Amino acid sequence: MQRFKLFLPLIIFAILAAIFFGVERRVLTGDYVPTDLPSALVNKPLPEFSEPALDDGRIVNKSHIIGEVFLLNVWATWCPTCHYEHPFLVKLAAQGVKIVSIDYKDDAEAGRRWLAEKGDPYTVTLFDEDGSLGLDLGVTGAPETYLVDAEGIVRFRYQGALDQTVWDREFAHRIAELNVRGAVQ
Amino acid sequence: MRGLILCIVLMLYSAVASAVIETYQFDTPLQQQRYQAFIEELRCPKCQNQNLSGSDSAISKDLRRQIHHMIMDDKSDIEITNYMVARYGDFILYRPQFNGQTAVLWLSPIALLLLGLLVWWRMASGRKRSKSTVDSSLSVAEQQRLNELLGDDASGEKSGDRR
Repeated sequence: MQRFKLFLPLIIFAILAAIFFGVERRVLTGDYVPTDLPSALVNKPLPEFSEPALDDGRIVNKSHIIGEVFLLNVWATWCPTCHYEHPFLVKLAAQGVKIVSIDYKDDAEAGRRWLAEKGDPYTVTLFDEDGSLGLDLGVTGAPETYLVDAEGIVRFRYQGALDQTVWDREFAHRIAELNVRGAVQ
Repeated sequence: MRGLILCIVLMLYSAVASAVIETYQFDTPLQQQRYQAFIEELRCPKCQNQNLSGSDSAISKDLRRQIHHMIMDDKSDIEITNYMVARYGDFILYRPQFNGQTAVLWLSPIALLLLGLLVWWRMASGRKRSKSTVDSSLSVAEQQRLNELLGDDASGEKSGDRR
C-alpha cells in the first residue's frame, strides 16, 4: 500500500496524458473542434421568420420552406470560406439535396451577382440584411449549415465550410437516418 | 518636433481605436448600468474567451445592439438572459445557470475540496495513530531495555526516533 502511494503521482500523470493525447488526436482527425459551439437550436423547431427573398424581394416564411429534409446554409459575399465552400454546394444541389440559404448581413446586389457568377445551388435565398434571422438561429459567423428535418426540427448544425470529407463524416449518415424515419411514418 | 507631435497623435488615436466604438443613448443611468453589466457578463459566441464589451467581432456588435434594444424595450434581466441562452446556449453566460449539463462545472470544485479534506484528514489521523502506537506499545520495562540496547547515545537517538 505504501509503495502504491509512491506511484500515485505517476499514475495520475499517465491517466491525464492518455486523456490529453486522446483529445489531441481527435482534434487532429477533425472529430473534435474546440472552437465549435454546440447549437442551442438542435432538436428544437426552426424559429418563425419572415424575410425577403434575395432575388425578387417576396416575403418568405417558415411554412414555405419546410416539408422535407433540407440544409439551411448561411453565407455572405464577405466571407472567404464561403467562396471555398460554394462549388461543393453546387455539386450537392446537382445530386438532388435541397438547400435553402441565408445571405447573412450582406449587400443584396453583391449577393445576386455572386449567385449569377458562381451558380445558384439554393431553392430559395433569404436576404438577412441586419442579421436578425441569424441572431434567432444562433449564428456566430459564416459559413454555417443547419440540417432541418421534414417537420422543421433542427437536427444538426455545422460551423465552417462543407466539403466531401465533412459531408461524409457529419451529414451523410444523419440525412440517411432522417429519410429512413420519414419513410417509416 | 513634427515627428513628436505625430507620434503623440498616433498614440491618442490607437487608444480610441481599441475602445468599443458604438455609443448608445439611454434614458436613465440604471439602463446604462444594466447594459454595461450585460456586456461584461455575456461571452462573445465567436471568441473563445472574451466578453461582449471586449470583442470587436461582428456578432458581438449585433448582440450589443440587441441588448441595447431589449433594455430600451423595458425587457427584464431574466428575459434578456433567457433570450441569449435560447440562441447561444449556456456558453454565452460567464456564470452559467445550474442544470444537468453544467452540474459538473459547478460541483467539481466542491468535490475536489472535499477530496482534499478527506486526504488531509486521513493523513493527519494516520500520523496521529502511528505516533500514539509508538508511545503506548513500549511499557516502562521495554523502554529501559531499549535504552540499554542503544547504549551511551540513547538520549540523542531517542529524540531522533520521536521525530
